[in-house]
Amino acid sequence: MSLNDHLSTLKYAFPKTLPILAGFTFLGIAYGVYMHSLGFPPIYAILMSVLIFAGSMEFVAGSLLLGAFNPFSAFLLTLMINARHLFYGISMLDKFKGTGKKKMYLIYGMCDESFVINNTARTPSDINSGWFMFYVTLLNQIYWVSGATVGSLFSSLITFNTDGLEFVMTALFVVIFLDQWMKERNHISSLIGIAASVLCLILFGTENFIIPAMLIILIFLSLIKKFITKNEVISS
Amino acid sequence: MMSITQQIIMIACVVAGTLLTRFLPFMIFKADKPTPKYIKYLGYVLPPAVFGLLVVYSLKDVQVTSLEGFLPELLAIGLIIGLHYWKRSMLLSIAGGTIFYMVLVQVVF
Repeated sequence: MSLNDHLSTLKYAFPKTLPILAGFTFLGIAYGVYMHSLGFPPIYAILMSVLIFAGSMEFVAGSLLLGAFNPFSAFLLTLMINARHLFYGISMLDKFKGTGKKKMYLIYGMCDESFVINNTARTPSDINSGWFMFYVTLLNQIYWVSGATVGSLFSSLITFNTDGLEFVMTALFVVIFLDQWMKERNHISSLIGIAASVLCLILFGTENFIIPAMLIILIFLSLIKKFITKNEVISS
Repeated sequence: MMSITQQIIMIACVVAGTLLTRFLPFMIFKADKPTPKYIKYLGYVLPPAVFGLLVVYSLKDVQVTSLEGFLPELLAIGLIIGLHYWKRSMLLSIAGGTIFYMVLVQVVF
């Protein structure tokens, strides 16, 4: 790819990441401020946002560092909180095929937001979809790390009333869900996703509902396999 | 208080756990072999369900016991649905819904 191709891919990717720019700058700053309030020097928030790059898990990791030294339970807790990534991977197996060396980074940086954009975007034929996904992932990580850096360095200077700005991530997920809803011919998967999650949230509470919800989704979708053909669920 | 070494080990465990959840499907189903039919099927039916899961996940801390607890979210999502069916512009729907929500929690509730 020529430099011009890179620039046009970046130009195409950037607008798709604008909601993430708003959300990650804000949440990243919130994370930096949070780590500062726990008493950690700025390098903690910066390195953890680069290395872990999984928003909710980083907040949890901050509090883990203040608790007892128990690496194994930290590892298990991480698997539980991040188990949803398994579904992202399964959904991206084919899309990441043929992306070359970039594939390692695409998988490494596959947070919720990069996944939803890379999974739903339909790139035009003159845009290389591998590089598009690479830039989406990279931009998102830059937003997050910048936010965390600013937050941990300048936490006392932030005075703008940001109450409610965190809703931008909910808004993104609602819009992605709606977009999918409007183009699918059959709502069965969308409906089971909402129903299983709400049911498990009621039954198991906010801390433990994701894995049982994933299991119900998996079992249900497997049971209805013979009644569903590909073009009923997705249409591009 | 943990020592620096202990902190590094803890962070390494969180990094390893996160990497494992992201890389496992790709380690099991290698790119040079055809993906099994059942996994391919999951690959295209899972995303809508996952988007639903993410919506619920991002709303998990909403309090349903009092009206003020969930009305801002309910109204803002209502506006997002309206905007999205009207213009179908991702940015307009997200920005409109978020600004409306901020006004609601800062000024109204």
